[in-house]
Amino acid sequence: MAMLEVTSLGISFGGLRAVDELSMKIEKGGLVGLIGPNGAGKTTVFNMLTGVYRPTDGGIRLDGQNLIGKKPNEICKMGVARTFQNIRLFSNLSVLDNVKTGLHNEITYSLMESLLHLGSYRKKERAMDEKAMELLEVFGLESVSDYKAANLPYGKQRKLEIARALATDPKLLLLDEPAAGMNPNETGELMETIELVRKKFGVTVLLIEHDMKLVSGICEYLYVLNFGRLLAEGIPGEVLKNPEVVTAYLGE
Amino acid sequence: MSFLNHLINGVSLGSIYAIIALGYTMVYGIAKMLNFAHGDVIMVGAYMCFCATTYLGWPSIAGVALAVLVCTMLGVVIERLAYKPLRMAPSLAVLITAIGVSYFLQNAALLIWGSSTKSFTSVVGGQPIQLFGGQLSIAPVTIVTVLTCIVIMVVLTLFTSKSKAGTAMRAVSEDKGAAQLMGINVNTTISLTFAIGSGLAAIAGVLLCSAYPTLMPTTGSMPGIKAFTAAVFGGIGSIPGAFIGGILLGVIEIFAGAYISTQLSNAIVFAVLIIVLLVKPDGLLGKRVSEKV
Repeated sequence: MAMLEVTSLGISFGGLRAVDELSMKIEKGGLVGLIGPNGAGKTTVFNMLTGVYRPTDGGIRLDGQNLIGKKPNEICKMGVARTFQNIRLFSNLSVLDNVKTGLHNEITYSLMESLLHLGSYRKKERAMDEKAMELLEVFGLESVSDYKAANLPYGKQRKLEIARALATDPKLLLLDEPAAGMNPNETGELMETIELVRKKFGVTVLLIEHDMKLVSGICEYLYVLNFGRLLAEGIPGEVLKNPEVVTAYLGE
Repeated sequence: MSFLNHLINGVSLGSIYAIIALGYTMVYGIAKMLNFAHGDVIMVGAYMCFCATTYLGWPSIAGVALAVLVCTMLGVVIERLAYKPLRMAPSLAVLITAIGVSYFLQNAALLIWGSSTKSFTSVVGGQPIQLFGGQLSIAPVTIVTVLTCIVIMVVLTLFTSKSKAGTAMRAVSEDKGAAQLMGINVNTTISLTFAIGSGLAAIAGVLLCSAYPTLMPTTGSMPGIKAFTAAVFGGIGSIPGAFIGGILLGVIEIFAGAYISTQLSNAIVFAVLIIVLLVKPDGLLGKRVSEKV
C-alpha cells in the first residue's frame, strides 16, 4: 500500500474549479515532485493535504487513515509537516523557539506540571531544548540559535523552516518551493540538505518546485499539474520531454 | 511625607490596574481582540469572594480561590460561546459582541445581587503599619497588592518565555495558521489565554474591593477601562508594558487627585494617555510594526 493515496481529489472556490480529479500515489521513502505553471493549483493541493482547505470531493489517505475533515493540527500529529512558499516563520521568536513550537507533538505535560514547575516538567523542558539543538545542528544553525528568526539571512530562514517542520516528527514532508529566490549555489546546497534529511530522518518528501535543475536532480517521480488537472506523471527524464508539458510551460 | 503616602497609594492602585491590564494585553496579543467584558469579570470575581466570605462564612483564602475558579471558567465559557464563533468575522463585530457581553454580565449581576451597594470586607486583615512616628501609615492590603502584582508579573513572564505552552502562545500570536500546521491546537491556546486573564481578573477584583470596599454591578467597568488604557499606554500586547502602564496610570491618578483636583483626576489620566499616544503611537514598550512594501 502506498503511504499517501490521493484519489480523484477536487476543490471548487465558488465557480472556480481549482483542482479537479487529481490522483496521486506516493510510496514510503519516495522523493516526489509536484510541478506545473503558476496558478496550476499546486499550493492548493498542499493546503488540502494539510487540512487548511477541505476538498469538495475525493479522498486523501495517509497509511490507510482518512485525512479529510481533520484539522491542520490533527493532521500534523498524524505525521504531515510542511514549509511555505512565502516563509512563515515566527519571526519574533528565537531560532530555537521556532523549532520548539514544532516539538509540540512529542513532549506533553499537564498545565499543573508547568504551573507548579515540577521536576518532571524541568526534565521535559530540558529534553525539548536538547532535541531542538540537535535538529539545528543538522542544518548548521546551532550557532545562531538565540537569534530572532527574522534576522537570519534568507537561505537560513528556508533551512529553519525545514528544521521546524521536521521537529513535528513527520512521515511525510511537504516542501512548497524550497528553492524559491535562491541562487544556484544555495540551490545546490538545498538539494544536499533535502537528500540528507530524507536519509537521516527517513521521511517521504513531496515538493513543489519551479527550479528544473532541482526537480530533475533529486526527484524520483513527477506529477505535472495544469489548470488544476493532472497533465502528466512519470520519471523526470520522460516527463520533462513530454511535448504537452513543454507546451504548458512555454506555450505553443 | 504625604508625598510618600500618595506614591504608595498610587503604586498600589497601579498594581491592580496592571493585573487587569495583563488580561487585556494577553487576549489582545493572542486573539487580536479587545475583550471589553474583561472589566466585568473583575466584578463577578469580587461578588464571588463576597458571597463566600459574607454569606457562607468561608475564610478569605477560600473566597479568593472560589473567585479565581469561577472567573477562570467564566472566561473560557465567554470565549467559547461569544467570541469563538466570530473568529473569522471582522474585528468590529467582535468588539460589539464584547460590549454586549459586558452589559450582559452587569445586568446579570444586577438581577442576582440587586442594585444596592455591598460593603466588601477586606480579605487582608490586620492593623496598618505605622512608620516615622505615625506620619506614614501603610495598610496591609497595600503591601499584599503590590507583592501579588510583582509575583504575577514574574511568573507570567517566565511562563510565556520559557514554557512549552508559553512558546505556543507566542507562536499563535504571530501566525495562527502556521502554528496550527506545526501541531499547536489554536483553540486550546486561546482558551488557556482567556483562562489565565480571567483568573487574574478575579484576583484584581478581590484586591480592588479590599482597598475600595464598595461593590456593585458596575464596580468593574471604570477600573476595566482604566486598565485597558494602561495596556495601551504601556504598549498593547506587551506584558512588561502592561505592568509599567498600570503602575504609571495609578501613580498619575493618585497624584492628580491629591495635588491638582479630585474631580479632574480621571480627565488628567486620559489627557496623559493622549499625549503619550501622540508622541509614541505604539505605547511605551509597544513594538513598531513597519509595513513591508
